[in-house]
Amino acid sequence: MLTIKNLQARVEEKEILKGLNFEVKPGEVHAIMGPNGSGKSTLASVLAGKEDYEITGGEIIFKEKNLLEMSPEVRAREGLFLAFQYPVEIPGVSNINFLKAALSEIRAYRGLPPLTAKEFLQLVNEKSKLVELDGQLTNRSLNEGFSGGEKKRNEIFQMAMLDPTLAILDETDSGLDIDALRIVANGVNAMRSPEKSFVVITHYQRLLDFIVPDFVHVLYKGKIVKSGTKELALELEERGYDWIKEEVEAQA
Amino acid sequence: METTIVNHKSKFLAIAEQTKSSLISALPLVVSEAQTALENLDIPTSRHEEWKYTRTTKLQNERFSIQKSSTASIDYRPFEALRLVFVNGVYNASLSDHEKIDGLSIRFDEEIKEQTLIGFDIASSSNFFEALQRATSTSALHIQAEKGAVIEKPIHIVHLIDAAQTLATPSIFVKVHQSASLEINESFISSDATASGLTIRQLWAQVDKNARLEYNKMQDENDLSYQMCLEDIQLADDAYSNFNTLTLNGGWVRNDLRIALNGKNIESNLSGFYLPRNKQLIDNHTKVDHRYPHCVSNELYKGILFDQSTGVFNGKVYVRKDAQKTNAYQNNANIIAGDQAVMNTKPELEIYADDVKCSHGTTTGQLDESAMWYLRSRGIGVDAARRLLTSAFINDVISKISNQQVAEFVIADLTEKNLLYV
Ligand SMILES: Nc1ncnc2c1ncn2[C@@H]1O[C@H](COP(=O)(O)OP(=O)(O)OP(=O)(O)O)[C@@H](O)[C@H]1O
Ligand SMILES: [Mg+2]
Repeated sequence: MLTIKNLQARVEEKEILKGLNFEVKPGEVHAIMGPNGSGKSTLASVLAGKEDYEITGGEIIFKEKNLLEMSPEVRAREGLFLAFQYPVEIPGVSNINFLKAALSEIRAYRGLPPLTAKEFLQLVNEKSKLVELDGQLTNRSLNEGFSGGEKKRNEIFQMAMLDPTLAILDETDSGLDIDALRIVANGVNAMRSPEKSFVVITHYQRLLDFIVPDFVHVLYKGKIVKSGTKELALELEERGYDWIKEEVEAQA
Repeated sequence: METTIVNHKSKFLAIAEQTKSSLISALPLVVSEAQTALENLDIPTSRHEEWKYTRTTKLQNERFSIQKSSTASIDYRPFEALRLVFVNGVYNASLSDHEKIDGLSIRFDEEIKEQTLIGFDIASSSNFFEALQRATSTSALHIQAEKGAVIEKPIHIVHLIDAAQTLATPSIFVKVHQSASLEINESFISSDATASGLTIRQLWAQVDKNARLEYNKMQDENDLSYQMCLEDIQLADDAYSNFNTLTLNGGWVRNDLRIALNGKNIESNLSGFYLPRNKQLIDNHTKVDHRYPHCVSNELYKGILFDQSTGVFNGKVYVRKDAQKTNAYQNNANIIAGDQAVMNTKPELEIYADDVKCSHGTTTGQLDESAMWYLRSRGIGVDAARRLLTSAFINDVISKISNQQVAEFVIADLTEKNLLYV
């Protein structure tokens, strides 16, 4: 589904990703952990196509296509979704109109007929229930004045509406209370299928109790420096990152 | 240099000479004064402070003339209203509605008597175009809502241009008598992409004690057109007016809107949007004059400037010495969406009273990059993302239109022009 080879990216002369390799197969759930500032959000943004980053080397293949040649909107239409660490507030654009626009463009790209108003509302009802999003929020301006937790839930709601094949969740768990965490995790788990894959960026083992990953990776200084199974997350929770940093320094 | 100026002026003088102004019977002095003023005044150029950013060079090179209409029918009824149609600036009775409405009187041209125009603040022409309008006025309309009459049915004045190089100079008088209430909508349209010319429309309005006027002006002429709207509005004690300038399209548009708050407890709202594209120019000059205490004025103008377009906003607010307890607010916000678009904005507040609340703000920025990125990351293309943000930006101006059908029409029109996403 996704193959990243030797990816190097920088912003304003600063090298952030320094030869990153990563592979996701259909149906898999990968967790990416790593210290602050190691490049996790940068990887997510580069995947989604943020133009601030300059790709200086490597390649990204998504569903047999060169992802780096696609605009952000085409990536989304191809089935990639990024739940942002910091969702943007857009005053004056209603959540509903925004989703209508997104869904109609995505469906048109995939050769599907537009949903009728009734079908669209049914979908909104169904998916907002899934993440227990207050009906009021769907009518308000996009993320404007939403609490931190509401913004995160809104990201998962959007994900459920747009039905991606690869979803990247960037610290969706941060700022969520225990109940909201369970709700968000249930939303993700409800979407899991042999065709859909997830990349979950997190600092905490807690989320991985709910969304059980197939693989856990550590991103450090712009590279994946260690990969393992879900037990690795437990070990990191217990021991922190120092031992990994030491391993990396020793190899260097 | 000297000779070219004279030449351009002489073209207009020749028209004035051959034309009988529709104001001649009711306002003979105004017409003769305007004729004299035409001789003495020069066509304003960018050397005049009030015309600094609004060039008249191209306009001066055109050859305008007063044109006959060829339009036999018009199916332009975007919302429910009593329709009054002007073609090439001339009132067209057969295209207009003649429904009688209690408390409302509508008169044209010779039907307008001098005594009904008493009290209108028809100052002497301060510039060439004003004088030209008065000297040539192609038709005149007088609308009157009688004392206490609440006119439910909106009026829709439609100005259609159906020939090339047309000079259209209609005059409109509106009088809303004490405690009466009236809604007027006014549209400026072209029959096709080539029918164009210079429209100078003058509006004089009086809103008497405790009366209300809702006014929606929709400018939607083609890219070749020149359009000037001159507006003088007087408000009396306890009056309310809500005036919206909605510029949907136009090649060269100049609005001069002057509101005098001639009494106490007046509420005056002025709003507008402009969305110039290509090389269009849209200029809004407004003047709000607080002369008495305890009045409120709100002003909100918003613009998005695409391509190589130019926008001008000049908002004067005067608060005179006696106008204590005035609340006067002005806001002008702009987004530069085109690489070569330019916005010139200038608020001018002159406050001579000490116990007042006044504020003004102007902003000129770009489309929010982080918002664009967020929308695009959800599969929305650049074009649709821009339109969503445009809709969000001008939404608060559209919400000032109290007639829901008119608001819906404006939204539908902008959507059809690919400017909004709804
Ligand atoms: N647009 C930018 N301009 C300048 N520096 C940037 C930019 N984006 C990221 N960086 C820098 O790149 C590094 C990696 O940032 P990134 O946000 O990817 O880290 P992260 O692993 O997601 O961290 P966290 O766990 O704190 O979310 C940081 O040092 C950050 O300051
Ligand atoms: Mg991050």
